[in-house]
Amino acid sequence: MSAPYAKLPAWADYGLIPLINLAVAFLVAGLVVMLVGENPIRAAAILVEGALGRGQNIAYTLYYATSFIFTGLAVAVAFHCSLFNIGGEGQAYVGGLGVALVCLAFDSVLPWWLVFPLAIAGAALFGAAWAFIPAYFQAKRGSHIVITTIMFNFIAASLMVYLLVNVLKPAGSQAPQTRTFLEGGQLPKLNFVLEALGFSVRSAPFNLSFLLALLAAFLVWVLIWRTRLGYEIRMRGFSPKAARYAGVSETKIIIIAMLISGALAGMMALNPVMGDQNRLQMDFVTGAGFVGIAVALMGRSHPAGIVPAAILFGMLYQGGAELAFEMPNISRDMIVIIQGLVILFAGALENMFRPSVQALFASLSPQAAGVEARQGEGG
Amino acid sequence: MDFFTTLILVLDSTVRLSVPLLLAALAGLYSERSGVFDIGLEGKMLAGAFAAGAAAAVTGSAWAGLGAAVLVSVFLALVHGFASITHRGNQIVSGVAINFIAAGATIILGQAWFRQGGRTPSLPGDARFGALHLPFADTLRDVPFLGPIYAELISGHSLLVYLAFLFVPFTWWVLFRTRFGLRLRAVGENPAAVDTAGISVSWLRYRAVMCTGLLTGLAGTYLSLAQNAGFVKDMTAGRGFIALAALIFAKWRPVPVMFACLLFGFLDAFAIRIQGTPLPLIGQVPVQLMQALPYILTVVLLAGFIGKAIPPRAGGVPYVKER
Repeated sequence: MSAPYAKLPAWADYGLIPLINLAVAFLVAGLVVMLVGENPIRAAAILVEGALGRGQNIAYTLYYATSFIFTGLAVAVAFHCSLFNIGGEGQAYVGGLGVALVCLAFDSVLPWWLVFPLAIAGAALFGAAWAFIPAYFQAKRGSHIVITTIMFNFIAASLMVYLLVNVLKPAGSQAPQTRTFLEGGQLPKLNFVLEALGFSVRSAPFNLSFLLALLAAFLVWVLIWRTRLGYEIRMRGFSPKAARYAGVSETKIIIIAMLISGALAGMMALNPVMGDQNRLQMDFVTGAGFVGIAVALMGRSHPAGIVPAAILFGMLYQGGAELAFEMPNISRDMIVIIQGLVILFAGALENMFRPSVQALFASLSPQAAGVEARQGEGG
Repeated sequence: MDFFTTLILVLDSTVRLSVPLLLAALAGLYSERSGVFDIGLEGKMLAGAFAAGAAAAVTGSAWAGLGAAVLVSVFLALVHGFASITHRGNQIVSGVAINFIAAGATIILGQAWFRQGGRTPSLPGDARFGALHLPFADTLRDVPFLGPIYAELISGHSLLVYLAFLFVPFTWWVLFRTRFGLRLRAVGENPAAVDTAGISVSWLRYRAVMCTGLLTGLAGTYLSLAQNAGFVKDMTAGRGFIALAALIFAKWRPVPVMFACLLFGFLDAFAIRIQGTPLPLIGQVPVQLMQALPYILTVVLLAGFIGKAIPPRAGGVPYVKER
């Protein structure tokens, strides 16, 4: 293109362009809704109503969002080190094993507030351990982390099925799941918070791990932007060469970033396993690890973007369930399409609209554009 | 003789199970050799399988199904190309997106069009690719040793099976004996050199991803029109990723790709066969271990413990023409 490119102001860079991408993703999703013969505007209305209409729905939305904050942060931390951790699904699954082992061991002897920190440690440890092998192979032997983490998702699935069927299932039971945890292995619900705000919640799995997720988001922000380690992670992500010259051990930083990422993904398991189902069952992750990719891309790998993005996806999950009741042609799988479209437009095609937006800015204020563009060239 | 019959049966199902892997892995070969990583094989195969099942159900013709599958898969491959070649997006992200879009769209559209819980209607024989009986298969069946091999193992597969195995030498010929193949490999190793020679990097890569689309379409067609009588939701069940594993296992070369797919297919067939029966010496092998074996083997290979798998050098890197 011959039009001069303006350097975009920060609000356009971090606000406008992601919003345009998101809008296009939802527009295409609307076309799919039309294709199956439903009215997209009515679908959107039902979805929002189903996600936020009543206290009950809000509680479910936040329950789903909790999982997505964890997995979104997991993907984001790895992104900052320019590693693509696609193995959140498997790390969360194995993290659930850590939670379950702690709960099974201590639920009859300790109260929940003593089991909880142990379960956090168990989840983080198991999740990190599952991320360690791909990280080590990437750092030491140069095997591509994307491929190894995909493979580890499948290996995790097989391993967990084996453990649930052959080891963890109580004798005499048919279902491949552990026994139900006693009170010591159950997190208190947070529904009372919503009730205090004037909503009525009958029963919803919205639980304490939501606060842990918010805390994790804050700590990730501190880590990435306020610590030396975070600086080194970002430096390696921005330019591995520069990091090497600056004396950062690449091996070390890759492994540490992936361990943190795996630990965050593993902690996602606290929400469904200890907060809702109170037992370890097959496939409890249900794609949350993959939603994390969309969440991280949409939130531009910044906790301040990840939390709202996770809540948006929580709305889609909860609202999508309601939508399936109202519109027979639309099932919850619509969310999978939207997820894919968000990943496509906010991730792979993130720069598609940039030239046009830049040209637009340039035509609005040609002088500023000209000056900035020249400065850019000079630098 | 009993052992021999069992062996023939296991090998026969090995062939059947490895064909979708083989087609998908060869598909990935074109794209990745040209420098475009593709983890969206799974999604394209799934979309192809759905398109084949849907079109065959509506028209009653297997060939219409094949055509629809190829069209849809090529379209998705072009989306991947548009994101990763034209807009220089992240190729992994784009592949992930395509997997999700295909997984969701096949179920939503299947339910809306056919109302069978995401399946397409069960297909009659004409709308499928049935078994081809090679000449003299029945007369030669009683010949000792070679007869069963010919009648059971070699004859009696669908057209797509023979096509898939023919694609192995064909791909080798295209990649290593034609000008297009030389350029395709070059663009995956050193696109700047290809560009300097006055050849369009983008157009070459677009052609490569179109080949990928074509072959994943065939793989999908095989799943819904040959191996099964219609589309079932999520019917690829991770085969796209096993194919990716096979591609890496074979170090991005056509003939080893075939052997890797046969190996992974054999593991699958063997796991089904020995389910529940203890093996001599080892004892009972958990079926989950057998299922995870292709992935474990790939990880071990990638880590460089069995030779070294070196991907095409420019793989995953969008090409920026120097200004």
